[in-house]
Amino acid sequence: MVEQVTYYQALNRALDEAMAVDDTVFTLGEDVGLYGGSYRVTEGLYARYGAWRVRDTPISEGSFTGLGVGAALIGMRPVVEIMTVNFALLALDAIINMAAKIPFMSGGQFPMPLVVRMPGGVAKQLAAQHSQRLEHTLMNVAGIRIAVPSTPQDAYWQLQQAIRSNEPIVLLEHELLYFSKAELDTVQPAIPMHRAVVRRSGSDITLISYSRTAILAQQAAQQLAEQGIDAEVIDLRSLRPIDWQTCIDSVNKTHHVLIIEEDSVYAGAGAEIAAQLAERCFYILDAPVARHGGLDMPTPYNGQLEALSIPTLDSIAQAASKVLEGEAE
Amino acid sequence: MDRQLFHGMLKDMLLARSFEERAAQEYSAGNIAGFLHLYPGEEAVAVGVIHAADQSDYIVSTYREHVHAMVRGVPPRAVMAELFGKLDGCSKGMGGSMHLFDRERRFMGGYAIVGETYPVAIGLGYAIAMQRLPEAVICFFGDGAVNQGTFHESLNMAALWKLPVLFVCENNHYQIGTEIHRHSAVSDVYQRACGYDIPAHKVNGMDVLEVHAKTGEALQRIREGTGPQLLEMETYRFRGHSVSDPGSYRPRVEVDAFRQRDPIKQAEREAQSLYPDAQQLSAVGADHIQLFSAHLQQQDLINEQEIVKLQQQVDSIVEDAVQFAQQSPQPDMQQAWDALNCNRADEVLI
Repeated sequence: MVEQVTYYQALNRALDEAMAVDDTVFTLGEDVGLYGGSYRVTEGLYARYGAWRVRDTPISEGSFTGLGVGAALIGMRPVVEIMTVNFALLALDAIINMAAKIPFMSGGQFPMPLVVRMPGGVAKQLAAQHSQRLEHTLMNVAGIRIAVPSTPQDAYWQLQQAIRSNEPIVLLEHELLYFSKAELDTVQPAIPMHRAVVRRSGSDITLISYSRTAILAQQAAQQLAEQGIDAEVIDLRSLRPIDWQTCIDSVNKTHHVLIIEEDSVYAGAGAEIAAQLAERCFYILDAPVARHGGLDMPTPYNGQLEALSIPTLDSIAQAASKVLEGEAE
Repeated sequence: MDRQLFHGMLKDMLLARSFEERAAQEYSAGNIAGFLHLYPGEEAVAVGVIHAADQSDYIVSTYREHVHAMVRGVPPRAVMAELFGKLDGCSKGMGGSMHLFDRERRFMGGYAIVGETYPVAIGLGYAIAMQRLPEAVICFFGDGAVNQGTFHESLNMAALWKLPVLFVCENNHYQIGTEIHRHSAVSDVYQRACGYDIPAHKVNGMDVLEVHAKTGEALQRIREGTGPQLLEMETYRFRGHSVSDPGSYRPRVEVDAFRQRDPIKQAEREAQSLYPDAQQLSAVGADHIQLFSAHLQQQDLINEQEIVKLQQQVDSIVEDAVQFAQQSPQPDMQQAWDALNCNRADEVLI
């Protein structure tokens, strides 16, 4: 079955299907029930599954995420929605100190089939406290996995895979992607949850990205093609673990790398990717690994400044040209 | 109170005291490292509460949890081996003193971040309520932990959804070195529960019989489906916060006053007083004496010799636990990786 659906509908479908076949799956968070979710991901589920399985919570991120941890310890499959990633800072104890560490600290005794979904990124003038990225913090946490879907297909697959897994998984969803539409095939078997995908094949430079900037990178590649630059675009789909082999295979072809992230470049996700590729690909690189990302500042409210604080289609194309000119940023 | 239960509780209290004092010695000898938070003085709480619970109830505890684990049935050997960081420890040497776990016995962990036990407990409670199971969750925390946000967040949700959780405050009057009047605007912890409409009581936590009785009543109400309950156990730790803390911030007279109320001595006194003396027996009259004697024989509560015998028993259990811990192998790095990836199974990630 192939149809055109939005990203939020794909997530909704994945959650609905998982809840239909497994009574231990339940979701909780602020306004996920009666209201249907602030990005409509849980729309219709409250009516279908009732209040115990689609639980509206008080504004208590620390404890309702921890509630998910406690329930997961005895085999339930909670899907916690944190209204935005910014609020997840209040839930980091539950994610980092509890979910990631209990299976380990107990000597391997407990399952942790916990999924924590969080919308994030820079949306439309939501100002600094609602325009956060958190991948840098979460990537450093041994014991959790991180998926960063950019398409409805990946959102569908990765949420279903996350719910089935017995390990704690964070899904970083991008607020500007919820209403983007693309094909969803619900019959085709899923590819492994953390495998990277080559979205566009090319021979001159490898653009590595994830989430919304992976979409921008594909558009930038079109623009570069008009300038005679043949860019390969890798959508990582996952930040922990990262599929290094797909990256290395690409660098073997192109010998040039540009990493694009919306997050601040300083100690961001790209720092780890750049370090790994510098170590693993040093002798096949024709230029230093380059990074292009958000400015090292909180996101400004002003619309023009906000747009300039994160990568755009044009800035990505320019950054890629610079790498090939040997003038990396 | 039946003899077996009483003997079990007294034995557990004696074991707790003996185990903890020995752990302190082993710490000094260098066999135990890291932080070590000991329980002497507070035994009546863990023993009274956990003896009143069903085996199917879940226990969530803090970093001062060796005794809770043992009372729940985790073998002293496995607890001591964990303190030693050895492979036969109940967390395979990966957790240590503050992170004892035993899935089979529903001992859901010791947590070392103050205030973490509440969300874990309401999560377990949520799973139980959602599946309409008859179980309950016992959530331990200290008086210092009531100032964390999770206390309020979790009590609110527990009350809102009538979750089967018994919140048990071990009020030993100190959050590390800060006395309760200096850390809490309301020094009667149980009063805080009324903000969430949770029934709460203060209990003499130095009296194991009272602890046991009040816990039983609270659990009964929880099983009737009325939602969470809170008990504030007023108790005292005879030692510092951890072995590295001499506790010098506490007035000597205060420590001495609480030592006079040693819960183990109190339990022993209570046990012995259940024996009627000759005068009491004669006052009952002949027929009643026969009946009463038969009843006592049947109950056969306890006497001095039996206490000495119990003490010998627990001392040898502790000695055996130390021997076991010493002989247990060190875990290797592969076992650490296996613990980290214990939930991976055959999942293909990339």
